[in-house]
Amino acid sequence: MSKFLTISVLTATAASGIRLAAPFLLASLGETMGQRSGVLNLGVEGVMLLGAFGSYYTVLQTGDLWLAAIVGVAIGLIMGLITAVVSVTLKAEQGISGIGVFLFGLGMSDLMYQKLVGTPRPVAQLPAVNIPFLADIPGFGKMLFRQSLLVYLAVLLVPALAFVLNRTTYGTKIKAVGENPAAADSLGVSVNRIRYSTVILGNALAGLAGATLAMELGIFQQNLTQGAGFIAVALVYFGAWRPWGVLAGSLLYGLVAAIVLQWKTLGIIPLSASDLAATAPAVITIFALVLVARRFRQPAALAKAYERGA
Amino acid sequence: MSSKSRGLARHDWGRLLLSWFAMPLAALAALLIGALMLWALGANPVTGYRALGEGAFGSVDALTNTAIKAVPLVLVGVGICIAFRANVLNIGGEGQLVMGGLASTATALAVPGVPRPLLIPLVLLAGVAGGAIWGAIPGALKAYFSVNEILSTIMLNIVAVQVMNYLLSGPLIDKKFSGFSAIPQTKRLAPNADLPILVSNTKLHAGIVVALLAAIVVYVLLWRTGLGFRLRAVGLSREASSYAGMPVKRTITLALTLSGAMAGLAGAVLVFGSASHRMVTDGTATGFTGSAGFNGIVAALFGGLHPLWTVLSSFIFGGLLVGGNAVQRAVQVPSSLIVALNGLVVVFVVSIEYVRRRNRNRPLSFGMPQPVQEPSGTPEEVEL
Repeated sequence: MSKFLTISVLTATAASGIRLAAPFLLASLGETMGQRSGVLNLGVEGVMLLGAFGSYYTVLQTGDLWLAAIVGVAIGLIMGLITAVVSVTLKAEQGISGIGVFLFGLGMSDLMYQKLVGTPRPVAQLPAVNIPFLADIPGFGKMLFRQSLLVYLAVLLVPALAFVLNRTTYGTKIKAVGENPAAADSLGVSVNRIRYSTVILGNALAGLAGATLAMELGIFQQNLTQGAGFIAVALVYFGAWRPWGVLAGSLLYGLVAAIVLQWKTLGIIPLSASDLAATAPAVITIFALVLVARRFRQPAALAKAYERGA
Repeated sequence: MSSKSRGLARHDWGRLLLSWFAMPLAALAALLIGALMLWALGANPVTGYRALGEGAFGSVDALTNTAIKAVPLVLVGVGICIAFRANVLNIGGEGQLVMGGLASTATALAVPGVPRPLLIPLVLLAGVAGGAIWGAIPGALKAYFSVNEILSTIMLNIVAVQVMNYLLSGPLIDKKFSGFSAIPQTKRLAPNADLPILVSNTKLHAGIVVALLAAIVVYVLLWRTGLGFRLRAVGLSREASSYAGMPVKRTITLALTLSGAMAGLAGAVLVFGSASHRMVTDGTATGFTGSAGFNGIVAALFGGLHPLWTVLSSFIFGGLLVGGNAVQRAVQVPSSLIVALNGLVVVFVVSIEYVRRRNRNRPLSFGMPQPVQEPSGTPEEVEL
């Protein structure tokens, strides 16, 4: 344990925790948009897998990390459109259609990987970008300001989404259709149009989350996300549907994962027990769900399709 | 009570009739997209699908493999029928399978000497208990703490898989091979617990009898008992059931417990019906289950959440899974294609469900164009 409690190891662990939190954060912020408008998008995991493969394959073919990120977003947009048609227009049961999207993404990403790549081929990882001056602050600089651009983007999206939700007309409309779609409809807000936009943008962020994950690791494999997309959905509950709460949850997750990894590397916990330690995030989530369910109320129309006059 | 019960049954027959048209359409749509995917990957769709059909249903061996593959799908699927009918979305089949498998394995390891006629029921019951506990937890959390069951069951899937990885690569590992690169698996379990082979020279084991019996029991439970009536009533309206004096919270807990019990039974059958007679995994999330926890949901939805139709649809999806390997051999397209197609089937089935719901009030005019107002907000109208 004394090996772990040194300044350099602690800052390195915190830095990797923030890095690991980024995909969760991106996907959760996207999911927050959808849920605030009343749509439960459970397909995040599948969309992340597709985005991850798309961006990995782009890096493999072109070496262009920016293009790869854009491909991740584009795949998310397409999957978002499909999800919106199914959840909003066809009013499918959202808890189940999301599992369908997950299975589709799981199978499709593996199919493409096996067919187009086949053997594991690592690619370039996202480079860290040092922010001038700030990166040189002892301790904090290394922790916060030597991350990749996508990590900075993810964190900056938190105040951005909070601003949109709380300070803009669009945000008010999102919350209105999530709480009382009939009332919003009667005031001339197009419920379906708002929900289409949140679901499509939310899925774009899920696609980017998958891209971030793949580019941070520099690899792709079957089921690369290993439940990260589902955890991202749970983090929205964890954060009580607020962007800052989601940030706190994502950071907690990233840090727990980083600490477990670090302990494994330093031999603080035996390798055999690392499987048990890996259950920590899921167990924490279940307890968090209990606490949140007692104190906070979910958007009243969450996962309920809206039908005029019904 | 009895007149109400008959009313519900009639209503379900109407839905069932509609499903005759909806389900084949959903399957056809998924198969068409699958053909497009095969074509896009440079494979001949006709060759691919012929290989699929022959690999799944073309010979005695193929049919046996399909039946064996269908057994866990039936068991998970009829459990899903119980939960979904009570409007409890149990996505935790994977974890419940694992826990059932672990509980039955631990039982066989603990008391290997018990005579055969006792040990087989004992390990199966242990599987039921393991799955039931893993279902009761999210059930109680939903009923008494209003925790979303979709999320809690998914989290419990993750926990179960990690516990299995720990146990099979640690305390329960086959000591004979526990080297550096050992497969996470138990030793060969007590032969007294092997599920008997039904037809000699095939692999067809008694698991199929267990599955068929379970489907019948669940059918009777859902439509011929007071508990089943309560489960379905709570599924239709929690408020009305509560007003009628039904114990809603207990019913919700029970729905997930029973659903988990069925998946746990599937886990036990997977272990004791396996060719190696061990509990084995490969470290991945689906190493032990082969995704049966998710595919069982697909089968149940495709079977219209009716236990007996779920048997038929499990056989079809079991065939798809077995045939997927034949597709891989014939046209070199990985069998993950089948996973993707299963996902599409789920999406299509729940999408068609809306059309069926709209038709529900006009049971005589289904299939005809409906003068129903189009929902607003088509994709073209979206402003990005």
